Amino acid sequence: MNADAVPLLEARGMTMRFGGVTAVNNVDFVLGEVELRCLIGPNGAGKSTFFKMLTGQLTPTAGTVRFRGEDITGAYPHQVARRGVGIKTQVPNVFDGLTVRENVFVAAARLHQARTARRIADETIEHVGLTRIAGRMVGQLAHGQRQWVEIAAVLAQEPDLLLLDEPAAGMNKEEVARTSELIREINKTKALIVVEHDMQFIRMIAKTVTVFNQGSILIEDDVHTVLSNQSVRDVYLGRQAA
Amino acid sequence: MDLIGLTGFNILVAIATLVLLALGLGVIYGMMRIINLAHGEFLMLGAYATALATNHGVNIWISMLIVSPLVVGIFGLLVERLFIRFLYGRMIDTMLATWGLSLALIGLVTTLFGTTVQGVSAPLGGFAIGRYQGSLYGLFLVACAAAMLGGLYALLRTTRFGLIVRATMQNPNMAAALGVSPPRIYMATFALGSALTGLAGGLLAPVSGTAPNMGVAFVAKSFITVLGGGAAFVTGTGLASTLFGIIDEIATERTTPVFGEVALLLSAVILIRVLPQGITGRFFRRST
Amino acid sequence: MAGAIASGWASFAAMLLAGLVLMFGLPHVFDLFGLLQMTVFVAMAVLALSQGFIWGYGGIMSFGQSAFFGLGGYTYAVAVMNLGDSTGAVALAIALPAAFAALLGYFMFYGRISDAYVGVVTLTVTVILFNVFNSTAGDWYTIGNAPLGGFNGMPSVPPLNIPGHPDEPLDPGQLWYAAMGSLILVYVLLRGVLASRFGRVVVAIRENETRAMLLGYDPRLYKLLTFTLGGGIAGLAGCLFTNWGSFISPTAFSLAQSAQIIIFVLVGGLGTLLGPILGAVAIQYMVTLIGAQQKVDGNLIVGVVLIGFVLLVPQGVVPVVRNVLQRLFVRTPRGGTAPVASEARP
Repeated sequence: MNADAVPLLEARGMTMRFGGVTAVNNVDFVLGEVELRCLIGPNGAGKSTFFKMLTGQLTPTAGTVRFRGEDITGAYPHQVARRGVGIKTQVPNVFDGLTVRENVFVAAARLHQARTARRIADETIEHVGLTRIAGRMVGQLAHGQRQWVEIAAVLAQEPDLLLLDEPAAGMNKEEVARTSELIREINKTKALIVVEHDMQFIRMIAKTVTVFNQGSILIEDDVHTVLSNQSVRDVYLGRQAA
Repeated sequence: MDLIGLTGFNILVAIATLVLLALGLGVIYGMMRIINLAHGEFLMLGAYATALATNHGVNIWISMLIVSPLVVGIFGLLVERLFIRFLYGRMIDTMLATWGLSLALIGLVTTLFGTTVQGVSAPLGGFAIGRYQGSLYGLFLVACAAAMLGGLYALLRTTRFGLIVRATMQNPNMAAALGVSPPRIYMATFALGSALTGLAGGLLAPVSGTAPNMGVAFVAKSFITVLGGGAAFVTGTGLASTLFGIIDEIATERTTPVFGEVALLLSAVILIRVLPQGITGRFFRRST
Repeated sequence: MAGAIASGWASFAAMLLAGLVLMFGLPHVFDLFGLLQMTVFVAMAVLALSQGFIWGYGGIMSFGQSAFFGLGGYTYAVAVMNLGDSTGAVALAIALPAAFAALLGYFMFYGRISDAYVGVVTLTVTVILFNVFNSTAGDWYTIGNAPLGGFNGMPSVPPLNIPGHPDEPLDPGQLWYAAMGSLILVYVLLRGVLASRFGRVVVAIRENETRAMLLGYDPRLYKLLTFTLGGGIAGLAGCLFTNWGSFISPTAFSLAQSAQIIIFVLVGGLGTLLGPILGAVAIQYMVTLIGAQQKVDGNLIVGVVLIGFVLLVPQGVVPVVRNVLQRLFVRTPRGGTAPVASEARP
């Protein structure tokens, strides 16, 4: 398989305008098979908007998204998901009134009969380390645990590409470490795009980093190059100073 | 030619009736996002207030223009204090509770007054449209509807009260930070909407008659007009009433009043499907 | 709430047994008049199940379940008068409301109108049907040899008969078995649906539509199917109701009827199947009692019950009782829910 010939995900000329505001302006983005990419950038840089255009939650004003060469621009979220894209949203989207096991079961059940789905759910729960709380209602769990439930559900979907929007948000140090370990392990077989604020976390997981600023891509390079880049520092320092 | 004149007059009255029916609901739904399913019964209370006051010797104009809005406005205030305020932000629960209120009011009025009371007849006479006769009271309803629309628009657009109300509806926390008390604004808005509904009920009493279950016929019509109008509810109610009033009247003349109403409701359902944000949600960008 | 999806075979077997005991036991307890009264309670319980399923599990707020109820009643009446045999009429009384629900559901869910608008649209459609059927007096509105009768409705509707034998109609005692049998069947069907993969997804969509969509499920399709099934069940209830009184009139479409269905479910409990059944029986019994006296109008009491439950017991009686029982008899580490996961075997 030649990953370079047809990239896993290819977005061209992506633009999103809300009324008079251009949130994302003419962004090109390419991701290979089994690649791990981090998206960073200050608040309002357009990361989340870009993300939602990839997943079908927003329809871009202009531009195209291709998944393994097939056009998925403007498809419904469920159609995007069926092509093998798993999405963890910024604010955890989980089934609060169902147990952890049921949450993951519903994710696995789209592709499999109930018996197989139950097996996959149990394996995934074990894998993510939620077995101890598998029977609990998700609505009663702590924020970090809810994040993991969502990641487990996304994994049980058996996607080829995972989009994780701020997977470490609101987690303590140990939880962050555990999450980064999990992400590296997932990356052994699947591609990931991770949007994150936390620079520590980025250092733990990243290989290639894409930096968003003011709706465009500022720079895209190896993690060390990016983090030592002066304009990237300016963007972040500028934000912190403000 | 005479017939066209008469049809035009009837269409105007149909539009005015819809405006009257929907405006109070529009205030409550448009400003507070509360679906008051007891709206029809608020209209019924307005009609009863007029009928009872007039039958007890009060001048009919005073009954319609003062007694009805006052009675229903105060009633609305009580309803807001007693239970609506516990349900803010729970849209479906509000619908259910007000539906309960709707049934309870029908039952209460039936228990108190029986299934019929002596109605009031329309004051004013008629005027000639060529060979036909139009009622002056219909003309009065058109004037009232126009005055209520205009007055409400002016109240919300030009007065300090209107500004505070609009600000609270847009962002209650921000308004609270600026020293406004959102609960009091909600209370005032609900009472205002109720009073407008009471006024409409009083005005329509001579035309629609007075019976405990008269509101049932109005509630769907009123809602669909407000939803069809969309976010800018004063302008929207005006526009939607015009559209649906024309459809209703034309269908009524060609078939029967029942199918006129059916045509109105059907076209409104389709409009909501095509323009989920209503007419003004699609073409306007402001809040009244 | 999820514990209610299916708390396993034990509760199912208990419910089924209770249903069968009532079905064969009540004829020995009641006289024919009492049994006939129970028959209408059962018809209402079937109706309540349709609303309880689409609202409590599917999260669809229909204010017009009486539309399908009335259509079912009229369809049965018209069909049985034309066909003679009642078997096809019953099938039509389920199929036609289901088809109508599918049409309306397609219009609403694929148009992506919001929850509150679903309420208003269903309510409006019910008002339309009420108006239309009210104005069907006269010869023009006759389907085959069945006049619709306008405001007065259709009297003397032939009862159910032994399938294939139109000359062997069921007597009121036998009608009880048909009604109770239908209730048990509908209950079993819904339990099965809810325990299936489809049922899980329906509940998941109620819990979080966005997540369900991001997992690859199309919420529009699941809501459409849920709504259609609910329409068919409400149609069956309408058919039973028509059989009970040999009569159907436009009141079946009235908003008061729709309100009553919602009260059944709200009083009994959202997210359960037992709740709507008990709610229907209790409220219907209450309405019968109110109807027997002249002092207070029934609407007043029904309305006050509705307001009271929304404000004070919004989750309904059955969930409250179940929680109390669980707190008494089952030690759960953190209150809330049963420790047994509701992964019931299908």
